Parts: sequence; structure tokens; C-alpha cells
Amino acid sequence: MSQILDRNMDIGPFVPQPDDDLIICRCEEITKGEIRQAIHDGMFTMNEIKRYLRAGMGLCQGKTCGRQVKGILARELGMSPAQIDDCTPRSPNRPAEMRVLGNEVDKV
Amino acid sequence: MRIEHHPILGEFPKGRKVQFTLDGKTMEGYEGEPIAAALRAAGVMTHRHTSRLDKPRGIFCAIGRCTDCVMVVNGRPNVRTCVTPLEEGMRVQTQYGVKAKED
Amino acid sequence: MKMKRYELAVIGAGPAGLCAAIEAANAGMQVVVFDENAKPGGQLFKQIHKFFGSKEHGAKIRGFRIGQQLLAQAKEAGVEVMLDSVVMGIFDCNELTVMHNDATHHYKADNIVIATGAMENAIPFDGWTLPGVIGAGAAQTLMNLHGVQPGSRVLMLGSGNVGLVVSFQLLQAGVQVAAVVDAAPRVGGYGVHAAKLARTGVPFYLSHTVVKAEGEDHVTAAVIAQVNEKFEPIPGTEKRFEVDTICLAVGLSPMSQLAAMAGCEMAEKGGRAPVVDQYGQTSVPGIFAAGDVAGIEEASSAMITGRITGASAAHRSGYLDDEAFAARTQELRASLGQLHEGMFSPANKGRNDLTVTDEGIMLSQSLLHKGYMEDGEIERFPGAGAVHTVGIHPVIECSQNIPCNPCQDACRFGCIQVGDHITNLPSVNQAAKCVGCGVCVANCSGQAIFLVDESIGDGAASVTLPYEFWPLPAVGDQGTALNRAGKPVCKAEVVNVRQAAAMDGTALLTMKVPKEYAMTARFFKKEEA
Repeated sequence: MSQILDRNMDIGPFVPQPDDDLIICRCEEITKGEIRQAIHDGMFTMNEIKRYLRAGMGLCQGKTCGRQVKGILARELGMSPAQIDDCTPRSPNRPAEMRVLGNEVDKV
Repeated sequence: MRIEHHPILGEFPKGRKVQFTLDGKTMEGYEGEPIAAALRAAGVMTHRHTSRLDKPRGIFCAIGRCTDCVMVVNGRPNVRTCVTPLEEGMRVQTQYGVKAKED
Repeated sequence: MKMKRYELAVIGAGPAGLCAAIEAANAGMQVVVFDENAKPGGQLFKQIHKFFGSKEHGAKIRGFRIGQQLLAQAKEAGVEVMLDSVVMGIFDCNELTVMHNDATHHYKADNIVIATGAMENAIPFDGWTLPGVIGAGAAQTLMNLHGVQPGSRVLMLGSGNVGLVVSFQLLQAGVQVAAVVDAAPRVGGYGVHAAKLARTGVPFYLSHTVVKAEGEDHVTAAVIAQVNEKFEPIPGTEKRFEVDTICLAVGLSPMSQLAAMAGCEMAEKGGRAPVVDQYGQTSVPGIFAAGDVAGIEEASSAMITGRITGASAAHRSGYLDDEAFAARTQELRASLGQLHEGMFSPANKGRNDLTVTDEGIMLSQSLLHKGYMEDGEIERFPGAGAVHTVGIHPVIECSQNIPCNPCQDACRFGCIQVGDHITNLPSVNQAAKCVGCGVCVANCSGQAIFLVDESIGDGAASVTLPYEFWPLPAVGDQGTALNRAGKPVCKAEVVNVRQAAAMDGTALLTMKVPKEYAMTARFFKKEEA
């Protein structure tokens, strides 16, 4: 499970990899290289990567890429994916239009 | 391609045959089936082009999770075609970024 | 704001959710099930294969029929199923917000069962965003629900049960399967599922992965390559397949966001999943989790964990007393325990080091690496107990300890024994008299039983096999017999085709082959006209 991250952890320099241009987040079209670079910029959690890059912030809300972003993060930090928490799940759990969120109905 | 006869399921129950348009072109499908199923049966693979890199996308999960198959339907963008039932006369458009191309 | 209150709200009308609802409603609770889809049943209605397990688990019944049964039971029990209803959030004091008909509705529930199931994993490779790269579940949805072929020629990535079962279903839908590819060194799913694909001629590429999907607007080819022990592609080992579809069957993750949102303690179970006790209770009182969302298994165990949570909710709200609850959960846990035995048990997940069966028989390495047993290998397994005896007899090509025993119940004449543990290998008793009825052939969910008469005169043998493709060959059809590897071995003639309502779509096809092929010919391919 999650552990308290050492923010001063030295993860070494960013070294380009041949598959850095692989799309990871399909919705926002964020590449593996961008995610790796973000980690080297200091984004050490799933939530931080999401806010920094929008990876996982698109229409599908990280349902496809979440597992892969976590894998990349784990490798860069030298941790196991099991030690890294998911993004904080929030309502709405599915894409919802604002007019639906604004249309609250009493139910008796 | 539609499955004519399935060894286990036999004939598939279908709604009535209806017409709809894809980018203005008349297409046929069965009422109530997902728009994406009607498009795949007609050989259409590309549902949209992405915002950032203009890459083609189509069906990926087919159960409304991945949102890759979204199109502009009756003028509304980002409609998940894999879980939206086909209706007579629907206006379906390939989505570019978050909108259809100007006609 | 006034809110409608239920004694139990179940989220998800799949196998776990429906079973939870039925169990609780039968105990007297007022139950609602929310499901985001237009139709209930979750993934059950896409499962057209016969299920494993024992009679109590619904074995030898096709998944979609189990779905129909559950819907009927739910209706009878008075369960309210609300479709097109997306649970968007779980808040304090078990408040739910539900999106329905373009509005947000609020509900309260004394108890909540989260049964949201799983989502498919994906794996990125060059070109994986091209139209034509789809999830295996997408293929199932298109072909088994909507009657549309997902493509014309498919490469399957993943040899777990999902990859194997969906590959077979693709063949049933008239789609070609170019290959089954898996980065793991061994077939992940049941050997019987692999064998029924391999004998039709589908090649297996273990220790391989997809490195590229080619195509401009959609997939036109897949390139695979062998991987090293670190799962990295080895340059120079590439192979190219002309396909229009690449199917991903690379595992499932619990769809557990609602549980996390509700504040349930989470743990790593191949993806975050709520921690539950043996009654399905999460760390939040009154919130339960059942099925894949609490840890990936399969539909049969999801139905049982669903029932357990339904009973737990009923107990918590006073509809079941301590004694009735203890008796019911003990019964359900025993049933679940049966499914958790054998080499594919949750405890053995991911193990690549098993070399012998529970009985101490050497596993077929060929089955694990190529998807089929080599000639002669079956003879060391108890299912071949009557091989080389005179007259017709069953040959059960079941060589792994999987939780399944309908073959034992199939034979009224005592030819087949599985015994107390449903994961035991079936054995054929050569002293009992086989009458050739073929019920065992049709009942075997793994399509692993053949009836063989090694000498029917004129130097010929007969082989009866389960056949689930269309069109069905007819008596007199000439063709080729394929061996377990799907390679043509000899000429064959169809001498009998049997169908019956009780066999539910599995036809028994009997072919005549030269007698020396009695133990190698395992599939019939009609001569092209």
C-alpha cells in the first residue's frame, strides 16, 4: 500500500527511451515520455500527474490509462505499483453533463 | 459484417430497419442497436479524429467506458455511440476534436 | 431534500449484484438494483459458453441462460431493477446519487452492495490507438449481443480464459483467428479452452507480444515478436499477420472507484479493491462488496459472493437470525471453496512452476506452450482409462485440476468418476459399459470428451466430437480430420450428426477415419466445395 514519499528522493536524470512517443492516456493523448518527464519534474503521485498533464482527466477519467500511468510511475520511482495509490475517485463516477448535475430531482 | 446464423444463438432479434445519416450519407441499421454496431456492420471504422494529434479512433471497449467511440449525434458532441441506441433519422457525424466538420 | 430509502441498494446488475439482490429479497428485504446499462445481466449475456463447476454452480449451462434464470429469480423475489441508472457517487450515511433520464436523483440505503465488476486492462504498443484494436470484451459485445462481427480476421493478445474463450467465440461468429499471442511463457487459461482452439488450427505464440499495429486509418496488420525473460521484444524475431482486428485480453482490474469514494479500506488485489471479510463486509459498516470488484475471479464465484453479501445485508437488518445466517453462509462458503480448489485457484494465480497435477501426473508441457497435447500424451491421464478397449468408449482429454464435474453426472452407466473434489481429474472406468449416448461429450464445458471406437470394421475407427460451429456438417460429408494441433492427418467422412435440446447447441459429430488415427483425429474440416 501507499507509503509516505520522500520528496527529495533522487530518481536520477531523465533519459529518453525509444518508446517515449507511445500514447498512454488515449483521451488526452499524453505520451509515455511526457509522463516520465513529469515524474522527473517532481510529480510523484497519480493525482499530481493527472493535474500536471491531464493524463486521466479526459472523458474516460483514467479508466484505460490509470493502470499504465501507475506502472510508469512505479518504474521511475523504483517502487512496486502496489505501493502507489490510485487517483482520488470523485463523483461523478461517469461522464455527466453539467445540465444533468444541475438537474437534481427530489425522489419520495 | 452481420452474423447470418450463429451456431449457439441462432438468429439475432433485431429492431425494424431504419435509415440514418453518417456525415450526410444515408446508412441503414436496426432500431435500438448501438449506433456503433450499425456502423461496424456497415464497415465504418473511424468514429472521430483526436484533438491534439488528429488521429483516427473507433470502437475500443464497446461498453461505454473508454469514450473512444464518441461522435456528434443530432448535433451533440461526445456521444458514446457504443451505448447509444440507433433511432430513425439520426444525424451522426464524425467528430473532429470536440465538434463535427462544418458542412 | 426528501429521498427515497431502500433497505438494500445494489450497484450493478451482473452476476454478483443480481445474486445479492435475490438472496436479500428472498429474506424479505426491500431491494433496488441500479445498473448503468440499458439491459441487466452485466457480462453474463455475452457468455455463450457452458460454465464450469458443479451442478450447484450452474455447470454445463451457458452463461446467458444463467443470466435469464437470475433475471427471472430477481423478478419473482420482487427486486426492483433500475436500468440506465448510473450511480455517480456514494456519500456520508449511505447516500447515493444516481444519474437517470438526464437528472440527478438521490437515494438512501440502509445497506449497499457494491457489485460493479471489473474493467478490462489494456497494453500500449505502437499503433494501439488505431481503429481495429479493441478489447476482448468489445468483441464479445459486438458479436454475442449485437450479432455483428468485430472484424474478419483477428489476432488475440492474451491466453487467459478470456482470450481463449473469446477466440473460440470469434470462430463461432465466423471470424478467423490468426493467432493467440501471450507474453507469458505458458497458456494462462484452462488447457481445455486452448485445446478446442488449437485443434481447429489456431496457432499459439507464447513468450510473444504485439509490437506494432500497422495501418493508416485502421488496422491492416499486426507485428508480434518474441520476448525475453524481462518481457522485452527480441529484435529479429518479428512475425507479421495480416489482420483487421487486434483483440486485447490482458486481464481485468476491479472497478472499485465507488468503494474508494465511500471510504472503504482498499488493498492491492491486481488493482485496488475494497478489503472485505468472509461475509463481504467492507471496512464501512453496511457497505458490502461482491464479485470482481472485490478481487478478480469469474462469474461462478461472483454469484456466490453476491449471495453471501445479500445474506449479510439481510442479517444486518434483522431479516435473518444468527442461526439462519450462519447456516446459509456456511453453505455458500463451502460452495465457493469448491471453486477455489485446484491449480487455477486464486492462491495459485500467476504461478508458472506447477509441473504435476494434484494426482501427481506430469502436466503436458505441450498443452502449456502450444495449446495442445502431443500424440500419446493423453494416455497417462485417467480420462484415457478405457483407451484400447474394444467397443465405443469415452476419452476424456482433461489433464488439469479445474473445478468442474458435469461429466460424472452425465454418465448413467458409471463410466466416469470425478469423486469428492470437483477439481479431481475425471477417470474412465473401463469395466463400466459405455453405450455411446454422447451425453458426456455434450455436457463437458471444456469440449474435452470424445467417444472413440477404435475398430468399426474395414480398418476404420469412429471418433465422436463436440461441434459448435455453423454450418453444421451433414452425414456423408467428406473432409479432413485434423489432429490436436489442427494439422490435417487423414481423410474423414461424417457418419452421424446428433443434436438435442438437452445438449443446448452442442452437436455430436461422428467421423469415420482410418483406425490408426483413432487417437489423433480430433476435429473435422469439410472439403471446400
